[in-house]
Amino acid sequence: MSQAGQQRSPDTSVSLVAVEKYFGDVPAIRSLSIEVDSGEFVVLVGPSGCGKTTALRMIAGLEEPTSGEIHIGGHRVDDVEPADRNIAMVFQNYALYPHMSARQNLGFGLKMRKLPREEIDARVRRAAEVLGLAQLLDRRPAQLSGGQRQRVALGRALVREPSVFLFDEPLSNLDARLRVEMRAEIADLHRRLGTTMIFVTHDQVEAMTLGQRIAVLNEGALQQYAAPLRVYQEPANLFVATFIGTPTINTIEGQLATDAGRSVFRASDLTLAFPDAGYTGAAAIGVRPEGLELVNVGASDADLRSTVNRLEPLGNELLVYLDGPGERPWVARVNADSRCTPGELIGIRLDRRRIHLFGGEQQKRLATGTVA
Amino acid sequence: MGGRVDRRSGGAAGRGLPHTTAEPPKRRPAGRTRRARTVAAWALTALLAATMLLPFLWMVSTSLMSELEIYRFPPRLLPAAAQWDNYPGALTARPFGRYFVNSFIFAVGVVLGQLTTAATTGYAFAKLEFRGRDRLFMLFLSTMMVPAVVVLIPRFLLIDHLGWVDSYAGLISTELVSVWGIFLMRQYFRTVPRELEDAGVIDGAGPWTVFWRISLPLAKPALATLGLFAFIEAWKNLLWPLIVTRSMEMRTVEVGIASFHGLFITNWPFQMAAAVTAVVPIVLLFLFTQRYFVQGIQMTGFR
Repeated sequence: MSQAGQQRSPDTSVSLVAVEKYFGDVPAIRSLSIEVDSGEFVVLVGPSGCGKTTALRMIAGLEEPTSGEIHIGGHRVDDVEPADRNIAMVFQNYALYPHMSARQNLGFGLKMRKLPREEIDARVRRAAEVLGLAQLLDRRPAQLSGGQRQRVALGRALVREPSVFLFDEPLSNLDARLRVEMRAEIADLHRRLGTTMIFVTHDQVEAMTLGQRIAVLNEGALQQYAAPLRVYQEPANLFVATFIGTPTINTIEGQLATDAGRSVFRASDLTLAFPDAGYTGAAAIGVRPEGLELVNVGASDADLRSTVNRLEPLGNELLVYLDGPGERPWVARVNADSRCTPGELIGIRLDRRRIHLFGGEQQKRLATGTVA
Repeated sequence: MGGRVDRRSGGAAGRGLPHTTAEPPKRRPAGRTRRARTVAAWALTALLAATMLLPFLWMVSTSLMSELEIYRFPPRLLPAAAQWDNYPGALTARPFGRYFVNSFIFAVGVVLGQLTTAATTGYAFAKLEFRGRDRLFMLFLSTMMVPAVVVLIPRFLLIDHLGWVDSYAGLISTELVSVWGIFLMRQYFRTVPRELEDAGVIDGAGPWTVFWRISLPLAKPALATLGLFAFIEAWKNLLWPLIVTRSMEMRTVEVGIASFHGLFITNWPFQMAAAVTAVVPIVLLFLFTQRYFVQGIQMTGFR
């Protein structure tokens, strides 16, 4: 829809360089550096209070970084007003102006920019068509459903024809079905516009499905910045491993010692050898639910034993919740036709290639896959 | 599933749990009790309304009596024959046309002034960030503790010093700021979500435009409430106009009504006729702004 944006591909990259943000003495962001390429879709994800929204607000110019630099399109924008950063933002609670019609909401930013009337009308009409809002333009936000409001909010960003879209948990107020729908729509929008998009969410499914790269944040610090699958398969640390993936990764704590050039992990009756990680002390291993195989309790090759707590048959697969083997309950994702019953004692075999070893400072991932 | 539902946890908590076994609620207020309560509530409301309305009706009734009828004992609730002549009589006994104009100018001036100062100051206290903001606000609030009578003389001296006695400037100027109004507007602006203003900022609106185009239109109910209160307060203000005006040309309606008292004799029917006339604009105003007014009170939490 935007002709202006497609003549050449302009630089619409975003980069944060060692950005810090303190609210009083409280650090919200600690030395955050992220590069977002032109046209890339990046998701900032993390638990609430991790600083992801603050980071987005700093890119938008709604918050000032305490230190560090922010660049958009290759220019430093720290001193540029939000309106002049050529960005558009979609807010969690839509933030539509309640006293204006959908049409006025869409056109407000353009009016502020003193665009000619006809240009505003044309852009509003185009955005309304793209988002299926044409019939609703004269309604006020109160007369729109949640999904429609979100569309108007999206439209308000769209008409600006910005070089960067910022989304602040835009889907979290929608019901589950609508959320999936809007998710697809946003992904589709990105494909069509090819604009740089930065999307904040606490929902890891949104992060995994939307992002070309995802940045996992915790307590104001970047934990990992990589493609979704990479984050899932090679989590940088235990936090990322635990945060990404449903059901949660299974972990068990133990001790790591060096023995004959290998790092040997021991937890109760489990012993696993990894390539030398150059670290000894408290450690943990993590195995995703699909890395567990449930076997007969008496099987000689069972690594661990546990009791089946409950079953969640999902049709295509079966989730088996276990009471252990350590202090934390584990989950196994197995074939839908697997047979087991709650209360049953069961053996667990770990897929050796998929065991992650975490340890040391910030529980970094030291290795994946055991050695003989 | 852990544990069993503790049946003795009882009451509201127990009933809220979806898994509680079917336990019939023991006490459900019977229909009759509920009806009795409704009747009682209505009766109480009617009684309170009656106590409010009675002086009002008495005023109307007295305004239609002859001078002699007033002093009859036992007093009569209604005039034997309505003396409609009291109205033109009262309103021409003093230059009430002038008084009404003065009262109107006074009240409208006060309303415009208070809306302006309360909206801007209230917004600043609610949304802008500056050093000592909250302490300054508390200081403002604390002035509400000072009785108006205490500052009456200083106010007069000030106006006198400025040479504004017996002028609209003198009448209106000291009424332009209402701390209560600032408080009302501040509370209201605090309910406007920050994201709305952020959206405005990203849309390219400067601080003034955000205030004027986004926040202020949303505050209409609060503005209507404040405007109505300010109008009523000014309209019924007797003391200040009495002190600060001297000439017949500058007197207000309230001062005019009071002047029936004891000037030669107290003409009760005339006074009441003038009073009834003075109430009419207020009632009309209330009818027009009622919708906003009630909304404003609800939304600021002043229930």
